[in-house]
Amino acid sequence: MTAVLEVVRAGALTTVQDLGRPGYAHLGVPRSGALDAPALRRANALAGNDPGAAGLETTLTGCAFRLPSGGVIAVTGATALVRVDGVPADPSAPVPVPAGGLVDVGRATVGVRSYVAVAGGLAVPPVLGSRATDTLSGLGPARVRDGDRLPLGPVVSDPGTAAPPAALGGSVRLPVRLGPRDGWFTTAAVETLLTTAYTVSPHSNRVGARLAGAALTRADARELPSEGVVLGAVQVPADGQPLVFLADHPTTGGYPVIAVVTDVTALAQARPGSTVRFHGPER
Amino acid sequence: MHIRSVGAAALLIECPADEVEAWRSELWRRRSAGELAVAEIVPGACTVLLDGLATPDAGLIAGWAPPPPAGTTPGDLVAIPTVYDGPDLAAVAALWSMPIPMVIDRLTETEFRVAFCGFAPGFGYLTGLPPELAVPRLATPRTSVPAGSVGLAGPYAGIYPTSSPGGWQLVGRTEVTLFDVDRDPPALLAPGTTVRLVRA
Repeated sequence: MTAVLEVVRAGALTTVQDLGRPGYAHLGVPRSGALDAPALRRANALAGNDPGAAGLETTLTGCAFRLPSGGVIAVTGATALVRVDGVPADPSAPVPVPAGGLVDVGRATVGVRSYVAVAGGLAVPPVLGSRATDTLSGLGPARVRDGDRLPLGPVVSDPGTAAPPAALGGSVRLPVRLGPRDGWFTTAAVETLLTTAYTVSPHSNRVGARLAGAALTRADARELPSEGVVLGAVQVPADGQPLVFLADHPTTGGYPVIAVVTDVTALAQARPGSTVRFHGPER
Repeated sequence: MHIRSVGAAALLIECPADEVEAWRSELWRRRSAGELAVAEIVPGACTVLLDGLATPDAGLIAGWAPPPPAGTTPGDLVAIPTVYDGPDLAAVAALWSMPIPMVIDRLTETEFRVAFCGFAPGFGYLTGLPPELAVPRLATPRTSVPAGSVGLAGPYAGIYPTSSPGGWQLVGRTEVTLFDVDRDPPALLAPGTTVRLVRA
């Protein structure tokens, strides 16, 4: 009988994520995958999985599940209390779970998304080479619901170790490189982007982090013909408020990209209302 | 032609719209030949994005200018059996100042090409209509457009692979499956493909 993970409490938005499905952007297929990819890699390293094994990505409210056959888990990402059968577990180490044990990943107190790796990985059927749930296109498994039974793969190696993560919380500094369409904006707008603080909007999701702050004014009012966009692209729609693309971003877009955030990890863990600043410029 | 840096690992090649396909196929060929290590080759309306380059070297790419468009070979031909009974067919006929049967003739006689994909997996932007036949998007998009709907917007034709909201003017429908994750490649209408919207 295949080992499974039984979802007891799915939480606000819990999805299966791995490192996504790159290679299909030319067909309109988003990359998807863990928003905080380093955190998933760390969880997999601790659980003894391959780096690209599928785990759970929770959003703010955590989740709870049972392992009827027991196993080893690791939880990384957001700061959250993890309990196994009610007993708090060490968040920096692999955690053994007895057969039938109940794992509760609590509410995130710092950061947004926790990553749960289970030894063996989640073995839901892959779609185009990935088990990631893509919330934009609907590819991959449906979002996790209470009562779901997710199959586990075979354990490939013993629990491991991982370097401690970078600290979460506080104000977020995002490294950016200007372009490709900074020339479509006023010089003042580029200056504004690099010198003023923005607030993470509650309307942010896996597609992008919406930021609120000083509007970025266009110098060129033409309509941009659709062009390919990358992870971390800072797209500026008509209202001038920047949107930074995260893993489920569309593959092409028609709004000019003023700059590209070269590491979106911190943004994936930035809570609504928190402050972010861009720093650069490196062209 | 102009090449722009995009973040730390991507380049955007800007070129006239009628040279995009030549660039795309040339870069695709070089990747297949092992000359170009890149995760994604994504055409746009007037651009080709190279994403996931280990060393973004604009000078190297600039030296790979493809042969002129006339020298490129046509892509695979896909015929899409289409029932021309879309709810916006009369509106398109009015915009084109011609009766509906002539609209259908124009659409069935046009050799389209998939210029690029986007919006949804397997949604190809089809070029081939002359600029004077461009039509506006609906002022109010539909909340749900059925899968297989054939529509027009701007200079493009397109077919909805799945049911979704949409603002394109719908002229017909097809029962062809445009995107199937169990097919290789999953999209029927990949960039470069030649398409005919034949009568069903």
